[in-house]
Formats: sequence, C-alpha cells, structure tokens
Amino acid sequence: MDSDILTSDIAVIGGGNAALCAALAAREAGATVTVFECAPFDYRGGNSRHTRNMRCMHEAPTDVLTGAYTEDEFFADILRVTEGNTNEHLARMVIRESPNSVAWAKKQGVRFQPSLGGTLHLGRTNAFFLGGGKALMNTYYERAAAYGVNVLYNAEVTALDIRDGRFLGGMLQHEGKPREFRAKALVVASGGFEANFEWLEEAWGEAARNFIVRGTPYNRGTVLKMLLTAGADSIGDPTQGHCVAIDGRAPKFDGGIVTRLDCVPLGIVVNKNAVRFYDEGEELWPKRYAIWGRLVAQQPEQIAYSVIDSKVLGRFMPSVFPPIKADTIEQLANALELSAATLRDTVDSFNQAVVPGTFNHQVLDDCHTSGDLKPPKTHWAQKIDTPPFMGYPLRPGLTFTYLGVRVNDKAQVQFGGAFSGNIFAAGEIMAGNILGKGYPAGTGMTIGAVFGRIAGKGAANVR
Amino acid sequence: MSAKPALHQIELTPTAREAERLMVICNACRYCEGYCAVFPAMERRLNFAQADLDYLANLCHNCAECYYACQYAPPHEFAVNVPRVFAELRAETYKKYAWPGPLAALFRGKRIVIPWIIGLAALVLSVANPAGTAFYDVIPHEAMVSIFLAVSALIVSAHVAGFIRFWKGAGETVSEFLNPTAIAQAAADVLSMKNLSSGGVGCTYPNERHSQARRIFHHFTFYGFLLCFASTTVAALYHFTGSVAPYSYTSVPVVLGTLGGIGLLIGPIGLYSLKRSRDPRIVDPAQDGSDIDFLGLLFFTSFTGLMLLAMRGTAVMGPLLIVHLAVVLCLFLTLPYGKFVHGIYRSAALVKNALETMRKKP
Repeated sequence: MDSDILTSDIAVIGGGNAALCAALAAREAGATVTVFECAPFDYRGGNSRHTRNMRCMHEAPTDVLTGAYTEDEFFADILRVTEGNTNEHLARMVIRESPNSVAWAKKQGVRFQPSLGGTLHLGRTNAFFLGGGKALMNTYYERAAAYGVNVLYNAEVTALDIRDGRFLGGMLQHEGKPREFRAKALVVASGGFEANFEWLEEAWGEAARNFIVRGTPYNRGTVLKMLLTAGADSIGDPTQGHCVAIDGRAPKFDGGIVTRLDCVPLGIVVNKNAVRFYDEGEELWPKRYAIWGRLVAQQPEQIAYSVIDSKVLGRFMPSVFPPIKADTIEQLANALELSAATLRDTVDSFNQAVVPGTFNHQVLDDCHTSGDLKPPKTHWAQKIDTPPFMGYPLRPGLTFTYLGVRVNDKAQVQFGGAFSGNIFAAGEIMAGNILGKGYPAGTGMTIGAVFGRIAGKGAANVR
Repeated sequence: MSAKPALHQIELTPTAREAERLMVICNACRYCEGYCAVFPAMERRLNFAQADLDYLANLCHNCAECYYACQYAPPHEFAVNVPRVFAELRAETYKKYAWPGPLAALFRGKRIVIPWIIGLAALVLSVANPAGTAFYDVIPHEAMVSIFLAVSALIVSAHVAGFIRFWKGAGETVSEFLNPTAIAQAAADVLSMKNLSSGGVGCTYPNERHSQARRIFHHFTFYGFLLCFASTTVAALYHFTGSVAPYSYTSVPVVLGTLGGIGLLIGPIGLYSLKRSRDPRIVDPAQDGSDIDFLGLLFFTSFTGLMLLAMRGTAVMGPLLIVHLAVVLCLFLTLPYGKFVHGIYRSAALVKNALETMRKKP
C-alpha cells in the first residue's frame, strides 16, 4: 500500500551529532525531514552521547575558550596526528567553519561551559558541552521536535535502492516491522563499524575478539557496507581505528569515558608474561594515550597491566574500577595472575635502572632510566617501592573506525569517481577523508557538526 | 580526604553505599561539573565516607539535570541515578539528625499524626471562648503567647540541635561555621536559589525540559514564609508598644501578612502540582507524605489566616481564629520533623561548600 510508504523530502540515517545537525539544517532550509535512528530512545545519539567537546578555531579568547587557536595551528595538529594522512582542502574548510558551528549550536539551545577539571588540558582548543554529549543530543532532539522533524527510534535501515550513485528509496525495520521509505535526498550519518565484531575480525584478526567497544553497540556499519556495495568509493584503512588502553574490566560496549586509565606514565606496564614492552614515559600522556590501545592489542591475549605504587596516588584521574592492591610485588603478581618471579625481576631491574631526578608529572621531567634498560622509560621514572602496590588490567578500547566513504566539500558521496547528486554523508562515516589516522581530541565532533550542516543544506536543495 | 579518619570508620548505610558507588563513577566522568555545586564538591574528594555522602546529598537540590545528561543512567548497566539516591540519603540524614529522637520518631511516616495534632490543638485552644468578638476575647493574649513561646522554644532548640548534629556529622566544627564570607555566600545561594537556575534556563523539573517553574514557586513559598514571619514579628513589637491587634488593612503587619499569605497560597499549590507531574524515575516516593503535609500546612496556614482577615468583623471570627491557630500550631510542631528541615541542612551544606571552596584557594 502506497500510504504505508514513509515519504519526506530528506531521509537522514543515524541519530548522533552529524545526523541531527543535518536534520536541523535541512529543516531550517524548509525541507521535510525524517530521521531513522536505529537505537531506542534511551540510547539515541550514537557515539556523540559519550563525547564532551568539539575542537574549535578562534583568534581571541571567547566565553568558553581561552587564548587563541588559529587555523594554521589547528591544521598543524591534524597534520601531525594523521602524519599527513588528510585532505587539506576539506580539513581547512572544517577548521574555518568550526566557530560558525559553535555559534549555530548555541542558536539551537546548546550550552557550553568553560573547561574545568579532568579534561586533558583542552580548555584552549575545545569547546565543552555543558553536561557532555548526551545533554548536547537532548538539546538537538528537543529542537528537532519543536521544528517538526520526524524522528523514528528503533528504526534500522535494511536496504537502500541506489542506482548509478542516485538514491531512489529504501527499506527499514521500524519497531520490528518492515517499512518502505522514499525521499528526494539521503543523508547518511550512521557512524562506523566498530561495534561489528565480525567486520573487526576481518580487519584485525582474532585479536579483535578481545577488544572492548567504548561507545554505542549500534554502530554496526550496515549502512556503510550498503554504500560500498552500491559502488561508493571508500576512504581510510579498515585496520585503522582510534584505540586507547582502557580498564580491562569495562563492559563490552558503552563504557565510555569512565573506563579510561591515566596512570600508565606514572608506573610500568607489563604484558601477560610480566615483562615490559614499551616506554611508558615517552611523551605527555595526552599525546600518547591513543597509541596504547594498539600497543596492548599487539601483546599476547590483548591484555596488559599498569603497575604503580602508592607514591603516585592522587596524581591521575580516578578510574571507575578500584585498583587491585597488594602489599608486595609477589602478592600483586598473584592477584593479577602473573608470574610472581618474573614480575619481581621486571620491577627490580626497572628500579635498579631508575636515575634520580626531580619528579614532575606535568612536564617532561628528568626522571628516566639508565641506558641498559630495554625498553627505557624516558620520563617520570620513579622506583616502584612504596606499598601497597596497585595494578590495573588494560585492554584495547576501540572508540571509532576510520574506514568510510569518499566525499567532496559539498558532502556528496563519490561513486566511481563521480559525486552523487542526492546522497550526502556526514560524521564518522566520512571522517576518514580528514582523519586518515589518529585524531586530535574533539575533531570528530567538529567534522560531524560542519559536514552535518553542509549535508543537510545540500540535501534540502536537491530537486 | 576532607573527612577525619575516625569518620571513615563509620560503616556506610546501604543507601550511602549506593551513593558511594555512584560518586566513584561520577568522579571518573565529571561531565556534570558545570551544573551545580555537588560535582565540584565531589571532585575535591577521592574517597567517600558517610559524612561526605550525607553532605553531598544535602547539597543536591534534586534538579535532575545530571540524570538526563547521564550516559550511564538506566537502562545502562551502571544505572546511575544521582538525584534519586541522594533524595533517599537525604531522608536518612533527616531521620538521623532530628532531635529529640523519640519525638521525631512519633512523626515519622505517620501522616495520620497531622489531623490528630490539629484536633488536639483545636481542643486545647477551644477552652477559650469561640463566641468572643475580639481576638483576645476568644483566647487571652497571655495564653496565646505562652503556648506559642513554648512551642517556639521547642522547635528552635530542635533546629539548632539538628543543625549542630548535621554540621559535626559532616566533619566540621561550630567555630568554622561562623565565617562571614562563607555564610554570605551561602545566603546568596539560598536567596537566589542559584542551584535551581542552571545558568538561567531553569532546572529539569518536573521533566527533562528546562523550566524556571520550580524556582519561581519555591521563591513564592520561601519569601511568603519570610513575609509572614516578618508580619508576626512586627505585630509582636506593636503589641509591646501598646498597639493591640486587630490592625488596620493598611498597617505594616497586615500588608506583610497578606503579601506573604498570597505567596503561601501560590507557592505550595505550584510546587504540589509540579510534584504531581514529576518524572517518577527521579522521585523517592517514601518522602511524598512529608513533602505534601508540609505544603498542605503552609497552604492552610495562609488560607485560614486570609479568611480570618476577611471575616474578622463577623460572627465566625472566633471559630476561624481557633482553626487558624490550630493549623499554625501544627505547622510549627511538625517543622523540625518534616520537609522544612531540608532548608536547615541544605543551608548548612551550602555554607560548608563555600568554606571548602575558600580552603581550596589559599
């Protein structure tokens, strides 16, 4: 029956920051919009519900940002973390648009706050959402309702009819019932595939089974796969993802920020065999925390243990799980199910190699190990000698994946070298155009906000 | 951290244990630190003893912003619901610190007590003469004053004792309390209800949409109460200077009392209707009884007072005066053991918060 077909000018697939920015921008431009969010109401918002800020360029201090953060410095940060794996034209466009996106968000009712504690020192570069990403999404959904955007929850798109790079219609399961939908234009903002373990295993091998997904379990990449199958050009390495070391006791999905562990540079990290494998003091933690997921992923059984002593308590953000405590290194090894003799050896050789210095965990201090310790610890090396001793298990925690679809500066998806007239992409599904590898904190949200609005406006202009 | 080691040894109640579980999660997240005073106070701590949790629970104004913004709220397996757990813990502190204990126990969770007290009060007062045509014909001034002085002495002692017990329980000394800067800061917080304003958009009460309604109705109630108190104080001064009630409609006590009375009609009705539509996920239903009793007593104190004002020249003046005084007596008697104490402990918590903020900045 035709009356059963969901019809609107624009269909938006996804329910996070990029999707809602697209939906609101399209509605502002006068189009009728339907949003298909595959999560239920309580888990709406994709990974945006776990975020806290967006990176923003500014020439002078603002109400929520300190100092200045110029276009060139922002771009230099992207260039550095991606090791050149970016598209300068798109990256600079996002950077230049970032202040407008913050202003636009405020117009929608989004509230920002000056940065306070616990934030990896981002008060200059990143605008913080008051209450975090779920509060941000609540505001966008409230605004969507006020604007008359039709939002369907538990709405999973199951098929897309795409011919020669043109979207014609699709099928979805809504509240468990199949429905057909049509629209003049499609905005895809459905995230990556980090919650799809089969796909992860194709990319990462069996190691992926031991990964923990920090965000939503709803990013299964089904729409990404549909686009690629329909001939969309891909961008980004499927084996690349943002992967940090998190507390190994975290839930398999949705553990979010509280599973983060910041104590790595304050002690030593050993693997299943109770031996060290990387310089824990290589750089300031905010610059290094994103490599530790991959480091742990390369260790046997994808597990490692951060070992600290009582001297460093209070110097890192408390994590949600209590440390495993013991009065001796041997007892700690037993509690962590490691070889007591080997851990003793590892700690002893580390302690013997520690060169006395002036400890300061906020700068690259002069506390390091002497030449013969392999691997060395180049900063913050202090003897592990003050009981009780504490250990935290570490697992690779996947935040998002980089594989996506290629787009131009109008957010149009590229099919076989030509840009689609009515398929647009925004957010994580196209972030790989700019972030080929690594990311400066908060840039994903900036890309989602900027490309979401471009996609929404572009889609509203499709006739 | 802030609590003394001895306090750490106090075993947590099951509610406090749940509050501790939540604070450990919140302290690792900290996304809500911009909302209110609770989260910055939490961040000043690494461990949460009963004293810390009692304090944080009473610092919480139950606006629920943190619930709606929480990525770990139910159905998430971490099941974080700070406003509800803190509401339950507040109820425990009201019980724990109320003084004298046996009297407090008489009132606890027994709503039947209120009509019972009204009846008793009316009986006591009705030994007076309901057919009297002037106030003090109905009940002699000396009788009225002695009854209310006795009750006031009781409730003032109960509040002071409750406050001191709470303050010491939170690990502070009485001399620390007498800090003019901290008291001024807390007074500003109370008078403006800053923690319900959420930066100007209002709190998420009764549901997830921001609204100033609760703050406005609380202001009506709070300032209405203060105006009525001021009216009574001025009237007492008048009395001792030889000017005896009833006073004219344009006199200071009547104007203050009328304005206050209007506040106490609008405020409690507004708060009650908001409460009725409150998101049930955040409510501690065990406290509905005492909340509604308090709002009802405030409302009827004002209602009977204004009726008395309007009808003081008629034959029903005598019975109305007796009913009014009975309701007021009942309100007074229940003050230290009902919802009213939230103001005492909340204010004390705000003073402690101001002190802690000052200590942090040497």
